[in-house]
Amino acid sequence: MRRPNFLKKTPLAWLQVTRERTRLMVAIAGIAFADMLIFIQMGFEGALYDAAIQPHRNLQADLVLINPQMQTLFSVKSFPRNRLYQTLGHPDVASVSGVYIATGQWKNPATTQERAILVWGIDPANPSFKFPEVNQNLNQIQPLNQVLFDQAGRPEYGLTATEFEQTGAFATELNDKRVTVKGLFTNGASFAADGNVIASDSTFLQLFPSRSPDQLEVGLINLKPGADLEQVQAALAAALPNDVLIGSPEDFAQIERDYWANGTGIGFIFGLGVGVGFIVGIVIVYQILYSDVSEHLPEYATLKAMGYTDNYLLGVLFQESLLLAVLGYLPSIALAFGLYQLAFSATMLPIAMTTRRAITVLILTIMMCSISGGIALRKLRAADPADIF
Amino acid sequence: MSPIITAQKLSHHFGEGRLQKQVLFDIDLEINSGEIVILTGPSGSGKTTLLTLLGGLRAAQSGSLKILDQEILGASKRALIKLRRNIGYIFQAHNLLSFLTAKQNVRMSLELHPHFLGQDLDAVASDMLTAVGLGERIDYYPAELSGGQRQRVAIARSLASHPKIVLADEPTAALDKQSGRDVVEIMQRLAKEQGCTILLVTHDNRILDIADRTLYMEDGMLMKPPSLGLAA
Repeated sequence: MRRPNFLKKTPLAWLQVTRERTRLMVAIAGIAFADMLIFIQMGFEGALYDAAIQPHRNLQADLVLINPQMQTLFSVKSFPRNRLYQTLGHPDVASVSGVYIATGQWKNPATTQERAILVWGIDPANPSFKFPEVNQNLNQIQPLNQVLFDQAGRPEYGLTATEFEQTGAFATELNDKRVTVKGLFTNGASFAADGNVIASDSTFLQLFPSRSPDQLEVGLINLKPGADLEQVQAALAAALPNDVLIGSPEDFAQIERDYWANGTGIGFIFGLGVGVGFIVGIVIVYQILYSDVSEHLPEYATLKAMGYTDNYLLGVLFQESLLLAVLGYLPSIALAFGLYQLAFSATMLPIAMTTRRAITVLILTIMMCSISGGIALRKLRAADPADIF
Repeated sequence: MSPIITAQKLSHHFGEGRLQKQVLFDIDLEINSGEIVILTGPSGSGKTTLLTLLGGLRAAQSGSLKILDQEILGASKRALIKLRRNIGYIFQAHNLLSFLTAKQNVRMSLELHPHFLGQDLDAVASDMLTAVGLGERIDYYPAELSGGQRQRVAIARSLASHPKIVLADEPTAALDKQSGRDVVEIMQRLAKEQGCTILLVTHDNRILDIADRTLYMEDGMLMKPPSLGLAA
C-alpha cells in the first residue's frame, strides 16, 4: 500500500519538541504539575461529594420517601410515618420500612471527649442497607442498646478495628446512655458526619427520648419483582400529599450532593483550585512555546520565504501544543493514580480515578495548550520573510 | 535567450506620508535564463530591497516586474507564495532549522513540491548533499557543522528542488576566504548543471569573477560601476 503524502513529510512539530530534551522535560514537568493540581482538586471534590452520599447509595430500596424540606443529613427533616404505610396500598409495593436519623453525642471512653455522630435507627428485621456486614449482624442489634459502628469514621471516636476484633466488644456512652458495639461496617466520614452508628429503631427511640416514633426521616419502599419503577413512582407521587417527596435513592443522593456543591462554598473553592491549575498550565506552556517561536523566528521566516504558508506554520505550532498536552498528561494521570491511593489510605475518603475525570482533565489539558498556542501565535505572525535578507 | 526576470520602471518606497522614503528609482533590469549576475554596490543602496521584490517576499508597488512570465505587481499573496516555491534562497545567515539534520533541512524544500513526494526524498536529499561535498555529514545537525558546511547545506536546500532562479544575499560574508570560494564555486557548478539563473548580492570582490555580468547599484538606481566609468 502507498503511504499517503502527509506521512512522507518531515514531522516538524515532533522534531522541534523532542530535539531539546531539557526544555521538553521542563515542559512535561510543568504540564504534569498543572494537571496534578487539577486532578487533586477534582479528586478531593469528587471524594467529598461521594462520601456525603455514600449512605444514600447504600440504602436497600427501590424508592425512598423524604420530607421535601430535607436537603442534607446534616440537618434532617421528618415526615409522618403514615405516609409510608399509605404506599402499601399500591399493588406493586412489596414492603416498606422506616429509618430514623439523628445526631448523637458519642463518648470516647479513653479520653471521655464527646463527639457528634450520625445515628441511624432501622428495622432490625429487614435489611435497610446494602452493607453486607450490617445485614449479617442485624440479629446483633435486636437487643436494646447494641449498635454497629462505622470503622471508616474518624479515629477520635476511640474505637479501632484491630482492637475491636481482638476483644469482640466495645462499650461506651451514646447520648449518656450505655451502648455496646457488636459489629463493624464501612461507610466513611463525610461533611455531614464524622462517623456513623446503626441501631435498631427501638434503641434509637431510647437514645433520643424526645423523638416520636411516628416521625420518620427516610421511608424505604421495595417493589415486587417485575414492577415498573417509574410508573409506580409516578402513581405514588400523584397519590401522596405534598408533605413528602418520592424518588429513587440516587435522587435522594443528588439532593444531598447539590446541597454541598451549590449550597456551600465547597464547589466554588475546588473550582477555584482547578482554575488556578489551569492558568498555571497555560502560563507554563506559553513560556515554552513562546521561547521556541522566538528562537526559531528567522528559521520560520525562511520557511515562509521558501513557500510555506502561514497556515502550515500555525499547524506546526498547534501540533506542538497538542504533543506537549499529551506528553504532559500521561505522567500526570499515572501520578494521580498513586496520589489518590495515598490520599485514600490516609483519609478513608472514597477518592478514586474515574474515566469521566480522566477525560475531563485530558480535554482541559488540550484546551490549556491550545490557548497557550493561540497566544504564542501572535509572535509567529511576526516572522516576515522580507526581514531576513 | 528569453529574459526570466524583467523589471521596468520599478520603484519602491518605505514608510507612509511625510516619513515616506523612496529606496528604488525606476529600475530597468533584464536577466536571462541561465545567467549568473552579481549585484554589487554600497550598503544602503537598495540591493536587498530589490532582491526581496524579485523573490516575492515583498509586494511590488509601482512599475512592472515580471518573474517567470508572471506579473508581480498587484499579484495576490497566494500567487507570491506559489512563486516563492520556484525560487531558491541563500541568506547571509544560513537560517537552517537547528532541530533538523542536514538531510531533513534539504527535505523541507523538497516537500513543497508534490512531484518529489512520489520519490525517495531521503535519497534525493542525500544526493544533493553529496553534490555539495557533505556526503559524510548527512545526518549532522547544523550546530555540529562549520560555517562553510552550513552554507553548503543551505545551498543544497535551495537548489535541491531545481528552482529556476536562485537569489543569494551575501552568501560568503560570514565565511573565510577558502570556504567562501568553495561555496560560490559549488553554486556556480550546480547552477550551470541545472540551467538555473543566479542573482547574487555581494560586497565580496573575491568572487566577482564567477559572474557572467555584474550590476552596480547606488542610491536606489542601477548604474555603471564607478571603476569601469573611470577606465572607459
